[in-house]
Amino acid sequence: MLTVSDLHVSYGAINALSGVSFTIPQGAIVTLIGGNGAGKTTTLRTISGLLRPRSGSILFRGESITTLPAHTIVARGLCHVPEGRMVFANLSVDENLSMGAYLLRDRERIARNREFVFGVFPRLKERLRQTAGTLSGGEQQMLAIGRALMGDPTFLMLDEPSLGIAPRLIATIFEKIVEINRSQGITILLVEQNANLALEVSSQAYVLETGRVVMQGPSAELRDDPQLRATYLGGGPVT
Amino acid sequence: MTEFLQQLLNGISLGAIYALIALGYTMVYGVLRFINFAHSDVFMVGAFAGYYLGRHVPAGTIAGGLAVMLGAMVICAILGMTIERLAYRPLRGAPTLNVLITAIGVSLFLEYTGQLIFGATPRTFPQIFPVTTVQIGGLSVSSNQLLVIGVALVLMIGLQLIVFRTRIGTAMRAVSLNPNAARLVGVNNDVVISFTFGLGSALAAAGGILYAMNYPSIDPLMGVMPGLKAFVAAILGGIGNIPGAALGGLLLGTVETFVAGSAFSTYKDAIAFAILIVILLFRPAGLLGRFVAEKV
Ligand SMILES: Nc1ncnc2c1ncn2[C@@H]1O[C@H](COP(=O)(O)OP(=O)(O)OP(=O)(O)O)[C@@H](O)[C@H]1O
Ligand SMILES: [Mg+2]
Repeated sequence: MLTVSDLHVSYGAINALSGVSFTIPQGAIVTLIGGNGAGKTTTLRTISGLLRPRSGSILFRGESITTLPAHTIVARGLCHVPEGRMVFANLSVDENLSMGAYLLRDRERIARNREFVFGVFPRLKERLRQTAGTLSGGEQQMLAIGRALMGDPTFLMLDEPSLGIAPRLIATIFEKIVEINRSQGITILLVEQNANLALEVSSQAYVLETGRVVMQGPSAELRDDPQLRATYLGGGPVT
Repeated sequence: MTEFLQQLLNGISLGAIYALIALGYTMVYGVLRFINFAHSDVFMVGAFAGYYLGRHVPAGTIAGGLAVMLGAMVICAILGMTIERLAYRPLRGAPTLNVLITAIGVSLFLEYTGQLIFGATPRTFPQIFPVTTVQIGGLSVSSNQLLVIGVALVLMIGLQLIVFRTRIGTAMRAVSLNPNAARLVGVNNDVVISFTFGLGSALAAAGGILYAMNYPSIDPLMGVMPGLKAFVAAILGGIGNIPGAALGGLLLGTVETFVAGSAFSTYKDAIAFAILIVILLFRPAGLLGRFVAEKV
């Protein structure tokens, strides 16, 4: 569904990605793991059109989206839930959700998506009038995912949904991610520092280090890889 | 007491004009984080557009006056959008200072092109609306003042509805809060920014005509002083904050009018800048503004 080939991205003189390639099959949950500054966020921002690559290509459903502006990429069903959530802080929960459906004109469909989002995150329904900036971190994450779901995505990219969220809530959010994938058939690219969790819910994994893919394979295999365990999973025994 | 009320009314009608201009500064600041110094010259062009359009409608009629006003608003909306497209859009992503300097350049360009085309000598603005004096209680109120207040009120309510009730208005607020997040939900930020310039410039045009009706001489540099004061009004209310700009304009107009009517009348123009210094010292975010810390 998404094929990234030999992506090079730099910020001025700093190279953030030096030849990243991966493939994500339709309907899968694939994870991209790696430490701080590995280039995970840069990869997602390039796919969604916020950044332009120096070279390389991005194919989405067989068509190149490499040089398209961000808003037209969303229109094709590729949604990005950014790092740090980026909810519209002064807008209400309700308005944030409406913004998620910005490109949809069909009111009935918007209403249906809204019901779907409330089904996944009932908490959002209770907080409709609340200003998004006053939600807790976990609620903001739910809103960020809900906002993306409002736009009818076929492909969802999530950048560290566990960041700064209480452990109990992390489990809930990951369950929801799996639920969204199963019930709607939405393909998911999950970026995480929490490698344990990410490998648990995904089928395929890529490990990024200083702008390169250094390891890849089925998540179950990577979970047992001693080298990976030592670097990203705290080196403890298999749980 | 009568004199107080009279002055208050004068102040509010001057303030309503400042408010209309201030809204343009604050909206553009909201989406692009810079002060569009050319805005005061769009106000001037609005007045001149009214001057020329006024020749083609029957003078002193409500329908004619409204037609002139609408025409000038459309002309200035196009002008504002053109300025954004040609001068500011190529600088997207450039340091703010570059954009500010460009804005000053655009402002000078409009002022001196105005002198070239219209000449530097002030002209008398035609009476496009019927003029009478209404007696309310002991007050004698000119219909022009009521018109200023009425038109400003209608435009501000309209703006409020656009910003808070429409899809593009919500997108404007979203772009102003987080441009990248807006792009990620499918907003074409260029369209929203262009729309914002159009809207702000249309309000400035209305302000220009209302101003010209009450201070009936216009010249290519007429925008400078009201523009500066409206800028102060926008800062006073909290730059980027729409109700703040309206409030700031009304307050500033009122204070200025009272100072002009007091023993300190020579300081009437200085008062705006005194207020600016005081806000910057004690409440840099303005009356209604606040620095919103984003939760990460
Ligand atoms: N705006 C920027 N300007 C300059 N360098 C940047 C910018 N954003 C990221 N970088 C650099 O690019 C590299 C990759 O950063 P990126 O944000 O993609 O990492 P990441 O894998 O998402 O890290 P984290 O897990 O900490 O979020 C880092 O070295 C970072 O310092
Ligand atoms: Mg990151």
